[in-house]
Amino acid sequence: MHALTLPAPGHYDEMLLDSGALRPHYQQFANWLHAQTPDALAKKRAEADLLFHKVGITFAVYGDEAGAERLIPFDTVPRIVPASEWQMLEAGLRQRVSALNKFLWDIYHEHEIVKAGLIPAEQVFANAQYQPAMQGLDLPHGIYTHITGVDLIRHSDGGYYVLEDNLRVPSGVSYMLENRKMMMRLFPELFARYPVAPVAHYPTLLLNTLRHASVAEQPTVVVLTPGPFNSAYFEHAFLAQQMGVELVEGQDLFVKDEYLYMRTTVGPQRVDVIYRRIDDAFLDPLAFRADSMLGVPGLLSVYKQGHVILANAIGTGVADDKSIYPYVPDMIRFYLGEEPILHNVPTWQCRKPADLDHVLVNMAELVVKEVHGAGGYGMLVGPASTQAEIADFRARVSANPSNYIAQPTLCLSSCPTFVESGIAPRHIDLRPFVLTGREVTMVAGGLTRVALKQGSLVVNSSQGGGTKDTWILEA
Amino acid sequence: MLSRTAAQLYWMSRYVERAENLVRMLDVTHSLSLLPQSRGAMTELAAPLAVTGTLEAYNHSHQTLEANRLFNFMALDLNNPASVLSCLRHARENAHAVRGQITSEMWEAINATWLEGREMPKRGVADVSSFYDWVKERSHLIRGATQGTLQRNEAYYFIRLGTFIERGDNTARLLDVKSQLIEPAEANLAPVNVAVESAPDFYTWSALLRSLSAFEAYHAVYRDRLDARRVAELLILRPDVPRSLRACSDEIRDILPHIEARSGSLDAGRIVKQLAGRMALRLEHGTVDEVLELGVHHWLTTFLQKSAQLGDAVREAYFEAN
Repeated sequence: MHALTLPAPGHYDEMLLDSGALRPHYQQFANWLHAQTPDALAKKRAEADLLFHKVGITFAVYGDEAGAERLIPFDTVPRIVPASEWQMLEAGLRQRVSALNKFLWDIYHEHEIVKAGLIPAEQVFANAQYQPAMQGLDLPHGIYTHITGVDLIRHSDGGYYVLEDNLRVPSGVSYMLENRKMMMRLFPELFARYPVAPVAHYPTLLLNTLRHASVAEQPTVVVLTPGPFNSAYFEHAFLAQQMGVELVEGQDLFVKDEYLYMRTTVGPQRVDVIYRRIDDAFLDPLAFRADSMLGVPGLLSVYKQGHVILANAIGTGVADDKSIYPYVPDMIRFYLGEEPILHNVPTWQCRKPADLDHVLVNMAELVVKEVHGAGGYGMLVGPASTQAEIADFRARVSANPSNYIAQPTLCLSSCPTFVESGIAPRHIDLRPFVLTGREVTMVAGGLTRVALKQGSLVVNSSQGGGTKDTWILEA
Repeated sequence: MLSRTAAQLYWMSRYVERAENLVRMLDVTHSLSLLPQSRGAMTELAAPLAVTGTLEAYNHSHQTLEANRLFNFMALDLNNPASVLSCLRHARENAHAVRGQITSEMWEAINATWLEGREMPKRGVADVSSFYDWVKERSHLIRGATQGTLQRNEAYYFIRLGTFIERGDNTARLLDVKSQLIEPAEANLAPVNVAVESAPDFYTWSALLRSLSAFEAYHAVYRDRLDARRVAELLILRPDVPRSLRACSDEIRDILPHIEARSGSLDAGRIVKQLAGRMALRLEHGTVDEVLELGVHHWLTTFLQKSAQLGDAVREAYFEAN
């Protein structure tokens, strides 16, 4: 009834085994799917598009001439994760984020991990993301990483690997929430068949986390956005509304007598916690980029006196930098005395001569990334590139080796996805959102991104990726 | 509430209201220009341009005054900042910036209006009347969604304030365009029953009343033929006609106590409340004779000045207070 393309052998597919047989946790879904007509499902997809448009769940694409807002394509086949897998992931995420937080405290205080010789000093202190202004500053409860988005992938061996940690301003959580709402609206009958863990309480958890970040008794929390033209503006507005706090822009805030205030209709009002969705460099034109119109002059000085909390803290970028990433397993051992539950992807650091040689020779098989790049920009996927592209990248890497790392081309797992020809496997990743407050918590869920082009491994929405609802099963 | 948010909520609703009233004006212009006896269809057609201050811009880009072109310019032209679609776009932009403060029903109503509207210049509009109806329906939907879903908090009152400041202003402007038709009659303010109801007058007044949805109200109140004096009384002084100046100023006066404004220890909203109170009193105790004595055009010009003053005071008190 549905034109179902089987996954290529040797890949890990979330729904199907190589033989074409179903994995047990997809059985119910397959039964249900079998009973649907392609027409009815096409109608549901059209309905989803219309609803997303109406709600305005859109993102702006940088460099798009029209400046148009686009929908991130939403796929209606859920990504289903068995309970046992999630338990492992949750424990691994908690462990990893705890270690990253301790690492940040350490490198802005005693530098124990550097002294112990586990990470070269220049990797930390010469890193552009390292903020000297943070040295010695004590934050309440020692929390730096209030919100972390960890990108996970599943390799063809069936194991999960951490692709990167996002400790600056990870986005995408609104899609996790809206995708679920959409699936429940379109296919309520599926939720009767599956014990899907709820995610809708995320904004409440987030607000608790942000409140806990301050020592004020009744802290005033705000969400700081660069404004309606930012690609993630929808999410900023959405989270502010869901938490019932003000969505502010830099122009709404000002510093007076070493405290931060927002301009309101009843006069200035103190602000205690900023969930900031703008990068460090734009926060305070007096301290960082002077040309920034997005931030608040004097904010850093207020921050350093402890009169306002920023979530995440300034200077967290040093810990999710691709040049620091290879050391995270060591951090876990060093700070927690535990073996890492989640694995890193093997990584060659081009700053090391031996690694560089390996990368230059094997570039056609590797994924090469800029150390500070994000969003799928400035990277090379060897097997998917032309000779000319590879040669160009080889020249770039040779010219500035320490700016690059390389990883084996991982075979991201696939999940059946609606495409023009019917249903076919497309590669996916997973970004759970981890909150650090009184303890490290998360909702059982995350954002599943899907590369809609056949064979593509780039899932970023700016590069033509879509999203799926992620179902963590409770049993 | 953030000052910026308050301003954007206020302008969001002003633009929705403006789009609706603009359509009402275009509608009356349209029907009057179709009349064979119309005294110079050109004068009628030019009225919306005069009222919105876009006559020059129109002449700059168009050689002749012609119904179709006028419609495109005033309704669909996104290069004309005063066009209906421009208003809907501004409304949507403001709503986008404050979507955390409005309900999803309101946002969806405003956003869907813009998404549908922005296709119209490309696709064209089958007939103008259905466009007018569409805009009015969308405006009713947005206002209904506001009334039916939004918590009665400051956001609500800023939205309502924008609605009635804009509506009062727009009704006054629309009336003013027609006021020259009232002025000649005032020379002999003879008892109403002496006035001869000429056919053109009948159509002028009925079109005006219909465009303000006040035709039925007129008949319910006066149960008599149409004349200038009563039309003026109805649209300026009656408290029970929802688009009359009196009704708008009553609403404004009643909304303001719900909005706090402090700047330091001063009540920054005091001036706003005073201005609104005076305006409401003037309308409450005014008589149609006073209006006619002063001249309708003159009276309306003063009203528009005071309305603009009120708008400035609102801006200073709530949007630029600190």
